[in-house]
Amino acid sequence: MLGLLWLIPAIPFASALALAVLRIPRKLVAWIAAGATAASAVVALLVTFSFLGAPPAANAYTQVLWTWFDVGGLRPEIAFYLDPISLIMTLVVAFVGFLIHLYSTEFMIDDEGYSRFFAYMNLFFASMLTLLLANNLLLLYLGWEGVGLCSYLLIGFWYRDPANGRAGRKAFIVTRIGDTALVIGLFFLFHDLGTLRIQELMQRATEHWPVGSSAAVAAALLLLGGAVGKSAQLPLQTWLPDAMAGPTPVSALLHAATMVTAGVYLIARMHVLYSLAPLAQTAVAVIGAATLLIAGFSALTRWDIKRVLAYSTMSQIGYMFLALGVGAWPAAIFHFMTHAFFKALLFLAAGIIINAVDDEHNIFRMGGLRTRLPFAFWTFLIAGCSLAGLPLVTAGAFSKDWIIWGALSASNGSPEFWIVGLVGVLLTSLYTFRVIFLVFFGEAHSEVTKRPGYAMLIPCFVLAFLSIVGGYLKTPFGRFVETALPWTDGTRVAPVTDLVSEGISAFVFLLGLYLAYIFFLRKKSYATALASNPAGDLLHRFWFSDWGMDWLYDRVFVQPLVWFARVDKGDFIDGFYTGVARLNEFAWRLLRRTETGRLRWYAAGIAAGAVVFVAVVLFL
Amino acid sequence: MRRDLIFILISVEIMLNGAGVAFVAAGSRWGQPDGQIMFLFILAMAAAEVAIGLALVLRLYHHRHTLDADAISDMRG
Repeated sequence: MLGLLWLIPAIPFASALALAVLRIPRKLVAWIAAGATAASAVVALLVTFSFLGAPPAANAYTQVLWTWFDVGGLRPEIAFYLDPISLIMTLVVAFVGFLIHLYSTEFMIDDEGYSRFFAYMNLFFASMLTLLLANNLLLLYLGWEGVGLCSYLLIGFWYRDPANGRAGRKAFIVTRIGDTALVIGLFFLFHDLGTLRIQELMQRATEHWPVGSSAAVAAALLLLGGAVGKSAQLPLQTWLPDAMAGPTPVSALLHAATMVTAGVYLIARMHVLYSLAPLAQTAVAVIGAATLLIAGFSALTRWDIKRVLAYSTMSQIGYMFLALGVGAWPAAIFHFMTHAFFKALLFLAAGIIINAVDDEHNIFRMGGLRTRLPFAFWTFLIAGCSLAGLPLVTAGAFSKDWIIWGALSASNGSPEFWIVGLVGVLLTSLYTFRVIFLVFFGEAHSEVTKRPGYAMLIPCFVLAFLSIVGGYLKTPFGRFVETALPWTDGTRVAPVTDLVSEGISAFVFLLGLYLAYIFFLRKKSYATALASNPAGDLLHRFWFSDWGMDWLYDRVFVQPLVWFARVDKGDFIDGFYTGVARLNEFAWRLLRRTETGRLRWYAAGIAAGAVVFVAVVLFL
Repeated sequence: MRRDLIFILISVEIMLNGAGVAFVAAGSRWGQPDGQIMFLFILAMAAAEVAIGLALVLRLYHHRHTLDADAISDMRG
């Protein structure tokens, strides 16, 4: 059964190719696209069963298909590597991906680019699975760029509006900065260690580099650069809110559940390297902590429902980075899993709402939808509670409390990180219930025009179920990944026990819920008063502009570059090519005089030519 | 110089025949069959050329009602 591994990315890739090349009727497109992802998910399930039933040696299975190329000692293979980490990630991506494809078959039904949409989605699905299953970094990089390309294509899917194209370009260029760091990191690793196979790389790194050596730190920081770009963390986070220009299922699949967590996967995959470079690991934790706060504050001020969710995604990935940075490796992967469930569900429910109220994104213009869209309300509520961490009954609470406990007690943890984590809980709870109260409670501002069908309801139902029970998998999950990821929480002496930490976190959650209730349901005047006094207004605008980051980048990088390009338009290289063009034009003016259009001229020309030719042959 | 297309075509035919006669004469002078073979080729080519040429002339006359080569000089550079 493990031999079927290659089919997991191959099926959706073949389907993407078919959808891109052939002209297929609409009905069939849905079947092919969703069917390919379903087949892929079923294969993933079969592989999982056989992996669990008879674990291969060393708890890892490698499938080499063929050698990609062989140049100067670099011999990457098209080969897949299955171990507990990649198995869990693959399973989650395949299943969530399938559910979102199913949802999209109905969501996109009226779109003229139906088959184009699914070609991109399937290509993304295949690339993401290649990324997860790759056994060497080069193949991983291929998947990495594949998902980046699909992200660009899907953000700009409705390309008739130039703003969408701009958002796509921004996402592409900003992540490209990180990708450049990543590829330099790959060169560096290959140069120093002579291989790109991940397992060999880890082994050689421990042999060649002592802990804290500058080479290890440099390599780890370069890879971190790539991860930061892809996962929208500080300082390359500005592209994610704009990426919400894409269709809602795209936001759910790429920009919430799967693609943006590729950075988390990369760091978890390379965890040995980060253990060798404590400086880089601390950088991961600090970046995660900073992003989770910054994004949390920004989410509080947004009025576009999808943008609130985008900031929340950034913030939650900040949690995962924090977990990676403090050394609570399994907690990061576990949070990835629960986050994939509840955040995908939040987006899917948001898609239902946006459809129902006629493409309205503004949460202040919704209101009172609880009774009119009960299904969307309940699923959104479940996912929101999971996101905010309603203790004991939701998956998000288990994973987040695990991270917060790890921030205090894991090998690299500290009380500061713990406090940041708790502040994050307060913010999460506040912005989540702000959305819920504004959208579903209060008085109605808009009419419900459309109700979802089964293809949209079933995925939401399944994800809602997973958002609740996913948390109970914590113990078996921990035991399963133990062999692949070091387990370090509880290694430091902490002033409180994990139960106390969870209790505090639950209290903070309730505090956030209570504050949201006061400000956004009971006494809305408080919120307006708070936002309208000078200090509050300044803070509100500051947070609303994403802490001025876009403005700063525009001033510091974009505008100088545009200015320089304009100034540099007439430099000598351009002068040279302009000269070539001028010369050609001059020659054309000269020669066009011979084209008179008169037959007798041409005949005379031919005769003169023949005479000259004969003369040359005879006399020279 | 001639400006009538029919005359130009006739002149081309005569030139081709001249070339043919030159080939045959040269073949006979050096006792080679190649000259006559070349003449056969020229004959075939001339037949094809005149067929196309006359067809073009007919179409042109339909369009322009003239056979003056200088009047048909629209394809200037």
